[in-house]
Amino acid sequence: MSDLSDTAAEIHDEFSEHVDATVDDVEARLQKLVSEYKVPLDEARRSVENHYLDEAGLDRDDLAGGGGNETVQVEDVDEPEQWVDLTAKVVELWEPRSDSVGQVGLLGDPTGTIKFTKWAKSDLEELREGQTYRLGNVVTDEYEGRYSVKLNRTTSIQAVDEEFDVGDNEDEVEGALVDIQSGSGLIKRCPEEDCTRVLQNGRCSEHGEVEGEFDLRIKGVLDDGGDVHEVIFDEEATEALTGIGLEEAKQMAKDALDTTVVADEMRETVLGRYYRVTGPTFGRYVLANDTEQLDGPADPEAVLIKARSM
Amino acid sequence: MSNAPTREVARRAFAAEFNDAEFTFKESDDERAPLYALLPTGERANRVFVVGTLTETEDIGEDSEYWRGRVVDPTGTFFVYAGQYQPEAASALRDADTPQYVAVVGKPRTFETDDGSVNVSLRPESITPVDEATRDRWVVETAERTLERLDAFDDEGNEYAERARAEYGEDVSPYRRALLEALEDFDNAEADVPADA
Repeated sequence: MSDLSDTAAEIHDEFSEHVDATVDDVEARLQKLVSEYKVPLDEARRSVENHYLDEAGLDRDDLAGGGGNETVQVEDVDEPEQWVDLTAKVVELWEPRSDSVGQVGLLGDPTGTIKFTKWAKSDLEELREGQTYRLGNVVTDEYEGRYSVKLNRTTSIQAVDEEFDVGDNEDEVEGALVDIQSGSGLIKRCPEEDCTRVLQNGRCSEHGEVEGEFDLRIKGVLDDGGDVHEVIFDEEATEALTGIGLEEAKQMAKDALDTTVVADEMRETVLGRYYRVTGPTFGRYVLANDTEQLDGPADPEAVLIKARSM
Repeated sequence: MSNAPTREVARRAFAAEFNDAEFTFKESDDERAPLYALLPTGERANRVFVVGTLTETEDIGEDSEYWRGRVVDPTGTFFVYAGQYQPEAASALRDADTPQYVAVVGKPRTFETDDGSVNVSLRPESITPVDEATRDRWVVETAERTLERLDAFDDEGNEYAERARAEYGEDVSPYRRALLEALEDFDNAEADVPADA
């Protein structure tokens, strides 16, 4: 095969899901540019691709993965902006918080669960809760160490008959809570659609000065003397841990004319205590789903026996 | 994932061992490289976690506030110093009632006294009041971690044990005795409580 027909085959593969053209059609277009108009092959390729992008109503970005996506499992997703194929069950559908989101929820396979977002403008079929789908051409994304996949208009959705138990990629970590990091306590988040970044001095790193929305969060460190685990407690988990809810935190901040009093009070209540936290790990963080204070009687027996036997 | 330096583990050591950790070192020539105290049972400690009874606090500063707290565990006393650069810990010591159980997260620091001996102390990152259950758990956990270090002390390729041997000598039996006493202490205290209480 010549370079030209190789290139034609590659372009055909890229567009096979979107455009109804044969390899010969593609090759003819390339041929015309290269032979008749003396256009270099790589430039010709660009031009032909643009023609088909137009025809399919796609952006070049939509093609990034091309035809040969890697088929991955949920636990393999550890890098943003990868084009992958995934077979997963819709575990939960959530209420979209914005009109631009068609559907949002949780996908799961035997290795774990991952958030998905389907844009309204992508015009894809509705996903049903409990149904397993083969999803072709989804893009991975990352936010604060947490991965998700986005369905876009090039995504293929095919319901499949596959039954499996969705894995809970939950970890259990325990230790003394030795630090509550900055950015904890009563925080403000950017109210822009789908942003939710934490504001620094009233500014969002993406949207500038905005009127933030209050939220509670703790970024803490559990340490057992051998390993260190960073744990994020969301509003619910923070209230469970500290006994301070969002309304109370707002009142505290109002009374003190200062939001930092909330984190200070929380430090006082929880630093230096022992906890066991279970939840999924995203990047370097464990997200606390369940927190238990380890305040039962300590048992010296096992260590004592071992120490005496040395 | 991230280029941020990984956070240093907070080691567990009883006061009897911590106060002997006079030798400090850095792993690189970089000015900002973390400082480690060498624990005699063979581990490096950039940070420690301590729970004990805060028995006394005193402002020993001359020009500005400089607080010293004594935190007692079953084997000895940790000396905790906090001044203007540790404002939260300093105010915790200023406001603290004694005696009470406290948890201290901090960095080991050493200083040489006029007579040439080296004192080991703790520069706190945080000091918080805790309950007895937390203190008891710490004693057991610290005994466990110390035992693990003693267990690995003679292991081939245990770099910090080798350094400890060179700096402090072979004899780690005082630390084994200290941990036994700490646990037995605890056992007796439990036994003192009548079964039907």
